[in-house]
Amino acid sequence: MPNNTSIIKDGKIVNNQWQIVDENHSDLSQDYLLLPYSLWIANKDNLSQRVSEGKIGLLLEGEHNLQEQNDGLASFTLVTIRFPGFMDGRGFSVGRLLRERYNFTGDLRASGGVIRDQLCYLQRCGFSSFDLNDDINIEAALASLSDFSEGYQISVDLPTPLFRRRA
Amino acid sequence: MYQYDPYDHQIITQRIAQFRGQTERFLSGELKAEEFLPLRLQNGLYVQRLAPMLRINVPYGMINSTQLRRLARITRDYDKGYAHITTRQNIQLNWPDLADVPDILAELAEVEMHATQSSGNCIRNTTSDQLAGIAVEEEIDPRPYCEIIRQWSTLHPEFAFLPRKFKIAVTGSNSDRAAINVHDIGLRVIKNEHGEIGFRVIVGGGLGRTPVIGSLVREFLPEKDLLSYLDAILRVYNLLGRRDNKYKARIKILVKAMGVEKFAQLVEEEWAHLSDGEAVLTQEEIERCKNFFSAPSYATIDDNAAQAAVNTIAADNIAFEKWLSRNLCGHKIPGYAAVVLALKPTGVAPGDVTDRQLDIIADLADKYSFGEARTTHDQNIVLAEVKKSDLFILWQEAKAAGFATPNIGTLTDVICCPGGDFCSLANAKSIPIAEAIQRRFDDMDYVYDLGNIDLNISGCMNACGHHHVGHIGILGVDKKGREFYQIQLGGDSSENTALGKVLGPAFGESEIPDVIASILNVFVENRHEGEQFVETYNRIGLAPYKERAYAK
Repeated sequence: MPNNTSIIKDGKIVNNQWQIVDENHSDLSQDYLLLPYSLWIANKDNLSQRVSEGKIGLLLEGEHNLQEQNDGLASFTLVTIRFPGFMDGRGFSVGRLLRERYNFTGDLRASGGVIRDQLCYLQRCGFSSFDLNDDINIEAALASLSDFSEGYQISVDLPTPLFRRRA
Repeated sequence: MYQYDPYDHQIITQRIAQFRGQTERFLSGELKAEEFLPLRLQNGLYVQRLAPMLRINVPYGMINSTQLRRLARITRDYDKGYAHITTRQNIQLNWPDLADVPDILAELAEVEMHATQSSGNCIRNTTSDQLAGIAVEEEIDPRPYCEIIRQWSTLHPEFAFLPRKFKIAVTGSNSDRAAINVHDIGLRVIKNEHGEIGFRVIVGGGLGRTPVIGSLVREFLPEKDLLSYLDAILRVYNLLGRRDNKYKARIKILVKAMGVEKFAQLVEEEWAHLSDGEAVLTQEEIERCKNFFSAPSYATIDDNAAQAAVNTIAADNIAFEKWLSRNLCGHKIPGYAAVVLALKPTGVAPGDVTDRQLDIIADLADKYSFGEARTTHDQNIVLAEVKKSDLFILWQEAKAAGFATPNIGTLTDVICCPGGDFCSLANAKSIPIAEAIQRRFDDMDYVYDLGNIDLNISGCMNACGHHHVGHIGILGVDKKGREFYQIQLGGDSSENTALGKVLGPAFGESEIPDVIASILNVFVENRHEGEQFVETYNRIGLAPYKERAYAK
């Protein structure tokens, strides 16, 4: 699963300082860890300060049930949604819900099974950074962010649908 | 008909540029086949048994003469000079080169057509009633709403990777020619007691391997809430639909598994978050779309006089009289009729049209029907706005072009998928079965006497030929490498939707015409005066047919 040194963020290639850890990870003193939801909940009281300082991030799986598990999401500066495979589109809805219903304003990252041809859709669903599988050329992938400059629907990056903007 | 504005053109142009890049990356080996697969499917491109197949959307079946001529040209320049009308009102090319597809899409875009989302696990082309806007009994023209849905569904960023394909059908008429009960979402445009327009929403119907009649999820959805409610349904499905088994991934399985009450509750809860604000359809947008489907400049015609003139000609011309009796539909405007151009003469794969025929349809549309035509889910073409005074000349021209087979709605007007001759999914051939039946029942007087019979053939359980809802359904099955055919009876795609019942063990290919003959004999012997095939079946049940079909 990706945890690359270079990622796309806000339309540029930047260094990635974050590290994904699993739910059994015990040393939480380190900075820039992306914790699974269960690990966050188990250590919530101890970590909330560092979360709000932007030192600890959250990792949600693509099938994460936000309706049932949404404790403190808005306090994070980074939430990563890990797609199990690029054909599994649940993460598009999860990302959008995070932005539109759970008021998440930090960096929303897509990780794992996404391909560059999905970047435009992901961006429209509110994703701001992309940690792509390392067989993807991210310099070339940048171009896919601007595949479309217009869309019909309400989207996170353009909340007014085209039918209200048509002259 | 809807006309693109600069926004529509820009979106579709960018879509082609994107797909051109994807195709180049695939051909150069940069994009893996399994990653290219869903991308090409969402641009209409299948890889079939013999060649790629390109499915081009005909939004809710509306097509104009410019588009028909362009399709004719495309079939000449990029294909083998013919195309195929599908059971979802689309048009397929059977032999394009993969590398040419971006160029074909660019040619289509010039005439405001596209293949976006004609396949793949996404929201497909919205289908509708081929008599929309002209049917005598129609309450509300569904096409403006179809276009609103087309735009909403096109490149929807959240719903491009659904668990499975997703099909929406809309009708504004009680006589359901759009089969809304067997779609993922079926919408019936209605007026409530206050005269307000809205939708009855049906979810979870479908054919395929598990045929299901859809369930009512909402009795009345105000028109302004159409898109937010669709968003809510799709989001519930996207998040909860099964992804572990493609045969259980359609929304019908989700609705069945949780029960329609629970499903409707989840949709309503989701919708409560989405229904306000920017998502509300504006009256301006509804009016804008309605304006594209306003009535053409009809002449004022005395219907009685026009009909009398037609009757006079028909009295001396039995062939014309028969054509009138089968290939005509009523029209709400006096002095006009809708004409069905038959695409199923014996010996031609049902729904196939040549490039020359596409050009002729365009010419006929220009001369007799305000330049527009419609594709139908039973794989014919409708000219919807024909003056009765033009019927005789139109019949002659249609006859010369091979479109006047007077068999619409009869046994030989077979709905048929491409089957094993073309399709890589098929278990069995379907086109030769259709032809064998057409050849066996070539006595038109007998066929007329049988009345209305929907005979639907699918080459596999994916049910592209809608065999579950044929009065007589035929399903191709594979038994140890040999092709067999299962017969079903009593299906119905109309407002009286029913799924057919299996007659019994499958038959060999050569037995099918005789079996159909036995079934028809049981009908003829048992029918009451004026009774149609499906009515007799509903009265007497499966047993007499079964007994005769399997009699030694």
